[in-house]
Amino acid sequence: MKKLLTLLAFLPLVALASESAITEKAPIDPSDQASLQRGAHTFVNYCLNCHSAKYMRYNRLMDIGLTEKQIKDNLLFAGEKVGDTMQVTMDPAEAKKWFGVTPPDLSVEVRARGADWVYAYMRGFYRDDTTPTGWNNVVYAKVAMPHVLYELQGEQVLNHETHQLELVKSGKLNPAEYSAFVADLTNYLAFMSEPGKQSRKHMGWWVLLFLGVLLVLAKKLKTEYWKDIK
Amino acid sequence: MAKDKTGVSETKGLMGWVDARLPVTSTIKAHLTEYYAPKNFNFWYFFGSLALLILVMQIVTGIFLTMHYKPDAQLAFASVEYIMRDVFGGNIIRYMHSTGASMFFVVIYLHMFRGLIYGSYRNPRELIWLFGVGIFLVLMGEAFFGYLLPWGQMSYWGAQVIVNLFATVPFIGPDLSEWLRGDYLISDATLNRFFAFHVIALPFVLAGLVVVHLVALHEVGSNNPDGVEIKAHKDKKTGIPLDGIPFHPYYTVKDLVGVVVFLMVFASILFFAPEMGGYFLEANNFVPADPLKTPAHIAPVWYFTPYYSILRAVPPIFNSQFPGVAAMGLSVMIFALLPWLDKGKVKSIRYRGALYKKWLAAFVISFLILGYLGTVPSNVWGQFGSWLGGADRATVVARIFTVVYFAFFVLMPWYTAKDKTKPVPERVTK
Repeated sequence: MKKLLTLLAFLPLVALASESAITEKAPIDPSDQASLQRGAHTFVNYCLNCHSAKYMRYNRLMDIGLTEKQIKDNLLFAGEKVGDTMQVTMDPAEAKKWFGVTPPDLSVEVRARGADWVYAYMRGFYRDDTTPTGWNNVVYAKVAMPHVLYELQGEQVLNHETHQLELVKSGKLNPAEYSAFVADLTNYLAFMSEPGKQSRKHMGWWVLLFLGVLLVLAKKLKTEYWKDIK
Repeated sequence: MAKDKTGVSETKGLMGWVDARLPVTSTIKAHLTEYYAPKNFNFWYFFGSLALLILVMQIVTGIFLTMHYKPDAQLAFASVEYIMRDVFGGNIIRYMHSTGASMFFVVIYLHMFRGLIYGSYRNPRELIWLFGVGIFLVLMGEAFFGYLLPWGQMSYWGAQVIVNLFATVPFIGPDLSEWLRGDYLISDATLNRFFAFHVIALPFVLAGLVVVHLVALHEVGSNNPDGVEIKAHKDKKTGIPLDGIPFHPYYTVKDLVGVVVFLMVFASILFFAPEMGGYFLEANNFVPADPLKTPAHIAPVWYFTPYYSILRAVPPIFNSQFPGVAAMGLSVMIFALLPWLDKGKVKSIRYRGALYKKWLAAFVISFLILGYLGTVPSNVWGQFGSWLGGADRATVVARIFTVVYFAFFVLMPWYTAKDKTKPVPERVTK
């Protein structure tokens, strides 16, 4: 009963959870190591040229099932050490000249924007001749970033009547494959935002189990003492 | 050999040696084993000891965070991520601290609500209540200073908004806010001083206030859900209140159950939802502070939102925002007046009449609605038609409930005196 009341005290907080303009949920599974590894591969090959992940160490990828040797052989290209963080060599000031903004660090991007945003964003690029890069995005209007993955996705345009994106030139991947590709990347970015998340949840069950046992004992102790109080 | 107050020697050996030099045994007796608390404490009486538990938890986790955190505008954000990733157990320690901050307010609000429903602030417990209000104010300061430390966007702009509130004070405002910041904008200087306040100045004051809060409580004795004084009926021989039981072991074992249940709730948040849907840790705070980029929507953390709503609800007068700021300050400080505003013949809600209950319900509803409105932009419910000047619906609602919030206090002398109360029993009931 007391527990119920305590939980009730929290209800207002839960009920307040806000809604977002992004409707589709990112189909990601933080326990799918193959997906995380594919996403890490994509991240290192496509994103890490402009975007750093300066709080993320390469060897933390061992959390998603890679060995140190696999990381060294497949993901380190420029003489980094396996314990280094994911830096970029691009000068931030130069980058600002080229793109108008310095590409943001992506270490905690999913915590800032949410996985659903990233998933929608990476699939939301469309051709727009009015922007400097020739690309625009339905999630982030007039974004400075060009569509890095256009070879894979192909080219989309925005139908201004239906407000829907339409694929006008197909890429190397079909739309379903591309969505899965982006989902893997999103999955990895979510992992990278908080590498300790899975082990934290795992630990949580043990803590609750311990507290559950303690609760039984504490209740018995209380009953034993209180039986003489009339 | 040490002697207690009655002159009878009590402890021998090592303990006797210590007691002759330091009042250990007598203190344990006065505050635990021979502190007689009413036997009818219910659910609402768990939150005092839980607040103490959280205070200790915040101090201990805070010490470990301080070992790794860097109070430097260039390094602060990165050092928090370092704690989250590279410090062993750092993510758990950090989440304990961040969850603890919000849970502190949950527990304190429930503790204050207990005071409201059972009249715990009434004669002879006015000083306990005043110290409690002091704790609440210091806690708000502590939370505010601590929130700047992760140096995210919300940290930065939240601090900017709050410090700018002081700029609305007539005449000295702009100088005052600059003096508080130590700079023309929130900067490294501000971060450093907020760090100093957060880790030493305010915890020190907080601990002192908690001590006097407890000493004052143990001097007059605890109130109870019936609001009757158990000291009025003492055993003739022993002088022990008939309805009193020693705090230890009875309430220590009972509070242990409360502590475990609380820790289960706490652990559920800490391990499975530390952001609590953005209410305990805001998403925008994972973006490093940027003095050149103002977020579209700046909302304080949930525990400040009722007062923030009041701030927004009060319209500017003579182009000055100061009335809103003053109303916000008053909405917090006014709790201190409760012992003198309440003219009721009874303490506990059990024997109050319908009038008080209705006002209390109205107050709780106002608090929750103002709290909700403080988390969202004021255009959240759209606008009224032109017949109401096209005002934001949410603003109008916030204004109405701000009036109700203050009416609860201002009209209290009237409705508590007029209320038809029920007869109060001589002794505590079950």
